[in-house]
Amino acid sequence: MIRLNNVVATYTTVRGQVNAVDGVTLTIPDGKIVGVAGESGCGKTTLMKVIYGDLIYPLALRQGSVDYEIDSMNGKQITTRNIKDYWFKHISYIPQSSMSSLNPVVRICTQFVDFLPAGQRTNNTLEEIRAYVQSLDLPPEAIDAYPHQLSGGMRQRIMVAMGTFFKPEIILADEPTTALDVVVQKGILLLLMDIQAKMNNTIILVSHDMGVHYQITHKMLIMYAAKVVEFGDSDDVFASPRHPYTRMLIESLPTIGDDRMHTGIAGRPPSLWEDLRGCRFAPRCPLATELCRAEEPAFLELKPEHFVACHYAEKAFQNR
Amino acid sequence: MTTILKTNKLNKVYRLGGLFNRIRIDALDDVNLTIESDEPVIISIVGESGSGKTTLAKVLLRLVKPTSGSAHVYDRLIVGEGEKPSNREFFSSIQPIFQNPFEAFSSYRTVDAYLFETAVRVAKLSKTDAVDAMAEALRLVGLDYRDVRGKYPNQFSGGELQRVSVARALIPHPDIIIADEPVSMIDASLRMNVINLFLSLKEEFRRSFLYITHDLATAYYISDYIGVMYRGCIVEFGDARTILADPKHPYTQLLLDSIPEIGRKWDAERTAMSDIEAKEYQYTGCRFRNRCPISEDKCKAERPAATRTTDGRDIYCHFA
Repeated sequence: MIRLNNVVATYTTVRGQVNAVDGVTLTIPDGKIVGVAGESGCGKTTLMKVIYGDLIYPLALRQGSVDYEIDSMNGKQITTRNIKDYWFKHISYIPQSSMSSLNPVVRICTQFVDFLPAGQRTNNTLEEIRAYVQSLDLPPEAIDAYPHQLSGGMRQRIMVAMGTFFKPEIILADEPTTALDVVVQKGILLLLMDIQAKMNNTIILVSHDMGVHYQITHKMLIMYAAKVVEFGDSDDVFASPRHPYTRMLIESLPTIGDDRMHTGIAGRPPSLWEDLRGCRFAPRCPLATELCRAEEPAFLELKPEHFVACHYAEKAFQNR
Repeated sequence: MTTILKTNKLNKVYRLGGLFNRIRIDALDDVNLTIESDEPVIISIVGESGSGKTTLAKVLLRLVKPTSGSAHVYDRLIVGEGEKPSNREFFSSIQPIFQNPFEAFSSYRTVDAYLFETAVRVAKLSKTDAVDAMAEALRLVGLDYRDVRGKYPNQFSGGELQRVSVARALIPHPDIIIADEPVSMIDASLRMNVINLFLSLKEEFRRSFLYITHDLATAYYISDYIGVMYRGCIVEFGDARTILADPKHPYTQLLLDSIPEIGRKWDAERTAMSDIEAKEYQYTGCRFRNRCPISEDKCKAERPAATRTTDGRDIYCHFA
C-alpha cells in the first residue's frame, strides 16, 4: 500500500518555483494495476517520480509525505527518505522512451547483469536472465544484441523484463507504450498484466490513452493541472465517469465502426505559473459556474473508494 | 479520372551491417497501388513500425530514391524513368507534414519564418502577398496570425505546432499533403482536433491526403482508401470502410484486434509477437507467416500475389 499525504512536489526553475503536483492525498491499494491518465503536463510523471523517490534537484517534495507498506519488509517504516534503498528489488521504474535508456555500446546481456549488485551475481545469473527473458516470449538472440540492432518495440519489451526481473512489489511504468504501434503495445500491456497476475504486485501505469487504461487497469486516477480530479475503480470510472474532464477524455477517442462526430478537447490546461483560483478545469468545462471559478472543489469520497473533485459531480453523472 | 496515386513495382532495398552480418532489407517490396478519383480523397497507409510506410512516404516526397519502379501522383510522374517535375513544380503540388513538429521546426527560428519561406520560395508570392497567404493558411487551421507571429516552437504545444505545420503545407495550395504519423506525438485526447482538420480540408478546400499511421481508429474516421503494409509489402488494399468493417487478411485482423478500444476488452490470449525485424525481412514466401494463424507450407515457399476480391479490394494471401 502506498499512502500519499498532501503531496506537493515543486520544481525550482529560473523563473521561480512551480508545483507540478499540488496537494494529492490518496491511498494506492496492493495487488492492483492503477492507471494514471491526463494530458501532457498534468503532473503524471512528477507524481511517479515522487512515488519512486527520485527527488533530486530541481524537483523536491515541498510538503506532505509518502508512506509505503511493503509486506515483505515486515512492518519496517519506509518513506521517501529511504525508499531509494529498495530500488530494483522492491520498487522499479520503467521510464518513458526507456528504449533510449540502454547503453548503446554495451550488449544487452551485459547491461542486464549490471543491474545486480556485485555480491549477488553468480555463474548462473546469465542463465537465469536468459530463461526469464525467454519466458516472456522474447527471442533468445535479443539478449546478445546491441540495442541499435533491435527495434524500439523489442527494446521496450527488454526494459520491461529488466524492470520486473527481481519481482518487485511495486512497478511504475511511465508511458511504456507511447510511440509504439498497436500490436507491440498490446504485447507489452498483456505482458504487464501477466506479470501482475503472477506476482500479485502493484503496477502504476501512466498513459494519456484512455483506451489503454480501459484494457488493463483495475483502478483509475485522473490528473489535471497538478491535481487529482477523479480516483476510483476502472469499471466505475469508465461506465459512469463523475468528473466532466474524465468524461471528455473518454469521449475524445474515435472507435472503429463508430461514425459519430468526435471532437478532441478544445483549449489547453492553465499555466501553472498563473495565480490559479477556483477549479482549474473551469475554463474548459461545459458545466462551469461562478462557484467553480471562485472555489476549488474538494476531493471527496462520493461513494466508497471513489473520489471526485467537482462541485457538480452528482449532476455530471445524471446528465449523461 | 485523375490518377491520385499510382505506384508500379516500387522497390527500395537497404543494405546494412547488423546482427546477421551484411543484411538486406526490402523496405518496399513490389508495392503496387492505384487510386483514381475525380474528388479529393484521403488514403491511409497503416502498418507497424518497420512496415515500410515511412519509406513509402519518403519515396513519394522524393527524399529517398527507390531502387526500382515508378510512381505517379496527381497524373504526374514523380519517380521512375521519364521526365519529372522540377522541385518547385513538385512542391507546389505535393507537401509534407512530419511526425514530430518539434523536430520539423528549428528551435532557433520563429515558426512564421518557415511559413514565409514557403510562401515566397514555393508559392512564389511577393512579400506582401506572402503575409496574406500566411494569415489565410493559419485561419484555415484555426489559428490567428497575430498569435503566431514572432513565436518560437517551444512556445506552442505539440498539437498547436502540428497545426502550424499543416498551415505551412497549405500555403502553396498543393493537390495532396503527405502526412507521416502526424498525430502520434500528440495526446490521444487531442488527436481528433488535428484529424478533423484534415477531414474539413478535404471536404471544404478539396485537398487530398496521404495519411500514414499505425492508429487504425483515426484512419477509419477519415479515410476513403486504406492500404495495410507488413515488412515492405502491401497485404490488403481497398475501400477503407469495407476493409475495416470486415478485414480479410490475417494481419489486418491482428491490427484491428490490437486496438485498445473502450467498451471492448481484449482477448487475453497472447498475440504472436514479431521476431527480430531483420530476420523477418529475410523470410522466403510470405513475411507474415511466422505469426499467421492460418499459414501453411505454401506460405513459406511462395510469396502471395494480389487477388482482387468481389468487393473491390486487393488482398495478398494464399488462404484468406
